[in-house]
This record gives sequence, structure tokens and C-alpha cells, in this order.
Amino acid sequence: MIDVLTNEEKIGFALRQLYSQKGYRHYSMSKFEEYDFYARNKSFLVSDAVITFTDTNGKLMALKPDVTLSIVKGSRLSDEPLYKVYYNENVYRVSSLSHRFSEITQTGLECIGQVDDECRAEVLSLAAASLRYISPESILSISHLDILSGFVKAMGLEDDEERAVLKCIADKNLSGISEISDNENADRLKELISTSGKPSEVFPKLRQLGCSDEYFRQLEKLIGDLEKNGYGDMVNIDFSIVNDQTYYNGIVFRGFVSGIPFRVLAGGQYDGLLKKMGRDDSAIGFAVYLDMLDYLPKEKIGLNIETGEETV
Amino acid sequence: MKQMLNIALPKGRLGEKVYGMFAEAGFECPEALEESRKLFFENEETGVRYFWVKPSDVTVYVERGACDIGVAGKDIIMENEPDVYELYDLKAGCCRMSESALNDYVEDCTRTLRVATKFPNIATKYYSQFGRDVDIIKLNGSIELAPIVGLSDVIVDITETGTTLRENNMREFRVIANLSARLIANKANYEFKKEMIENVRKKLEMLSENKA
Repeated sequence: MIDVLTNEEKIGFALRQLYSQKGYRHYSMSKFEEYDFYARNKSFLVSDAVITFTDTNGKLMALKPDVTLSIVKGSRLSDEPLYKVYYNENVYRVSSLSHRFSEITQTGLECIGQVDDECRAEVLSLAAASLRYISPESILSISHLDILSGFVKAMGLEDDEERAVLKCIADKNLSGISEISDNENADRLKELISTSGKPSEVFPKLRQLGCSDEYFRQLEKLIGDLEKNGYGDMVNIDFSIVNDQTYYNGIVFRGFVSGIPFRVLAGGQYDGLLKKMGRDDSAIGFAVYLDMLDYLPKEKIGLNIETGEETV
Repeated sequence: MKQMLNIALPKGRLGEKVYGMFAEAGFECPEALEESRKLFFENEETGVRYFWVKPSDVTVYVERGACDIGVAGKDIIMENEPDVYELYDLKAGCCRMSESALNDYVEDCTRTLRVATKFPNIATKYYSQFGRDVDIIKLNGSIELAPIVGLSDVIVDITETGTTLRENNMREFRVIANLSARLIANKANYEFKKEMIENVRKKLEMLSENKA
């Protein structure tokens, strides 16, 4: 067969099929929204610059920089206990490398409403399956923000110091943490950041360091479910994953594929965003950055698609 | 084929010193220091491949994953703000980023402060903390000349001993940051070569502990 599809298309189609098989509905959104909507939730956006223009009625509009915000807004029309959708959209953001606007192709899914252990396990398994579709050599790195923030809060820092510590955590910069604070609690945090790797190695250390039982069990249950679903070998625990805690809480994760020098998948639980939009339930989701697949040679892509289905 | 660890080292004096630390820690590659125009060297036995790159480019090579790890000055990291792991402070090439001016300089707060620097990002961030209105003048070298010829009021630059400043009738007014060489790693490649990278970090750490 003549292979006419690009990496992006091949994986994009396969993922749509995968998500819809699991009961997620396709969500298609408009190309732009009122700018005001994004301005109110600016810090949720990956980059806060947005392409704007004035519509014929004089309203300031924006080319969508993000999909999740719109889906959460759209979910208000639904009365299902758990709103499950997937999307395949282009978004417009400032690239962190070129510092200019670029078009990014994203596919992903969101679960909004009554998120429980089962739902978390399903979303994480689908994230793992998505990575495996792209390449058998892939890693899903998982963290628990509430565990991390317990360690950070114990240090009793001022706001700006805490921000600096969070930046150091994201960069695994232990000497940077020491410069800000050098007491027992700082040492505990440094231990936590250093203990990344296979869950079997991390869990005993985490027990030793001590963290809330509730969160520990939640993480343990999730990893157990992923192992049951056959993704145990690609899962890592890494507490250096830091997302904005006004929006994110609980489980957060990143996906990497060998040969691609950037993350190809990112996601997490974002109850904080829902709260900001006046809701008191939960949400979890992730995005796959399809444009990153250009880094892989074409013949390597999609070999796993057929076999991948059985492993979900 | 054995998996190799690609390491970007800054060309020049600091790079040679840092290579010495790597070699002592067990990752030598004898040809690396030979006089030649070759830009990369590998040693299959120890599993390392060194690349000599321009010091300010190290973060680029690592952020974009062409090299798995590298050694970059904290000044370059602060200026470029790459999305990389900063795994270890090698405590080599220690110096300061500071604000300096002519000995008799007195700040005039009624007007925009003119700042000459090779590091516009660092300078902009530093002054914005205080809400100071500044005119950043980006130069590529001989920064000390700027206040002498009246191009700027102050300079933001790297100082080690302060000799150049003294010889030009200048002194340090404020230290902005302490600098040294850092071991950095690409965040994605780290996941796949974690053992090799952590091994390098641990050996370097042990080396410095033994010396202390």
C-alpha cells in the first residue's frame, strides 16, 4: 500500500478510534472564542499570549490557545454524571523555543464530573496506550501534586520563595532549593525529588519519608491498576512534575517517547479550574502533542497500532 | 550497538577544566584534549561522546535533545531560561553577575537608568523586581567601556576578581547572582538514559566530596 499519511495523521486517526471505542464522544469546537474568556483564565494557559482580532460586531475574539477550557464550558450543557469527550484540534500558542506563535495539533480527552479511582485508571491507561501507539519505547511519568505540596507547605515559605522552590523542583535543581531554605523540611523535599523511578523502588522510600495516607493509597491504587492493564513496565513516578496548583491537584503526568526530545503528552486532574468556573466536582484529562511526531522516522510510526488495541 | 551518552561541553578554559572533572570521575576520552579541529570525541568503553560547543550554545544543544546532558554556566542558564533539568552544581568557574559603575557614580532616580550588558534578559528581570525604568543596551563585548564613554550609567556583567573593573576606575555596586558551572539534562532524554545520567552525576558528586 502506498503510504500517504503523515505521522501526525496516522496516529491522530488511530487515537480517535481508540478513544471512541472506550466510550468517549468526539467534541468539535469553534476556531475562536471571545478573548475575555481566556483572559479570565490566563494562568491556566500554557503560554499566556493569545492571537486576537476584532469581530464584525466589535467584540475582541481570540484564536483558541487551549481546548480544555472550552470543553469544560461546553460540559455545562450535559447532565451526565461523567462527561467523557475526546478532541482533535489545532491550537495557537507561543512556542517556548522560537518565542513566536505557532500552530500545534493536539488530540486528547477529558473526563468531567464524578471522577473516581476507576475513571483515573481509565484515563491513565488510555494515556499509556496512546504513547504505546506512537512507539513501544515510551515512558509515562506520574506525580501526585497533593503529596508534593504537603512537602512544600511544610517548609513554611513566603509566596515568592515558594514560587522559586517550585521552579527548582521542576528543574530537579537541588542546590537551588538549598539556597532558598536549608532545614530538615528542605532536606525531606530534596529526598522526595531525588526518589524518582520505578514505583516498586519509589513506594518504600515514600513510606519512609512519610506522606498523607489518603494520597499514598490513591497513587498506589492507580499504579496497581496500570500494572493490571499491562502498562507497568512503562510507568515511572517522578515528583518533579509541577503544574499550576490553582488549577491542578492530585494526579499529574507526562509522556515521553524515545527519539523525541520533548514531552509528547501531558495531563492531570484539574478540580481547581472547575472550582474557578463555579463547580464543585472533578475533572481529569490529557493532550497528545501530535506535531512532535515529526521527530520520528516515518517508517517507525504506527507499527503498534494494530497490536496496541488489544492491550487497552 | 551500545547506547552512548552525548555530552555538550563549553569550548574554552571552563570546558577543559570540566572535562578534567569528568575524566577523573571515570569518563575519560583521551583524544578530547588533543589539539585538533575535530568537534566531537567518543569512548565506547566508558559510553560517552563529548561535543565541544560555544559556551552560550550548550543550553540549546541540550534543550533540543541533540545532546543528553551538558555543562553550562549559570549565567547562560539564567539568560536563555531553557526547559532543562539542572542536576548538579559543579562549583567550577565560580564568579558573580553584578551591577557595576564608575567609582564616583551616584544613581539619579529621576531618569531612566541606562544599562549596558551582554545579558539583556537577566538585566531586564533584575530591574523589573524593583520597578526601575531601564534602557537595556545589548553589547557583545568590552562592556566596561560603556560607562567610560557615556554610553551607559551602569553595566551588568560577570565579575570574577574585579581586576578589569579596578583597572577601568569602576567598582561593583550590587551582586545580582552567584554563578558556577551546572550539569544540565534534556528532560525527555533523561527518562530514557536515566541510569547513565544519574551515574555521571553521582560520580561527579563523589569526586567533589572526596576532594573536600
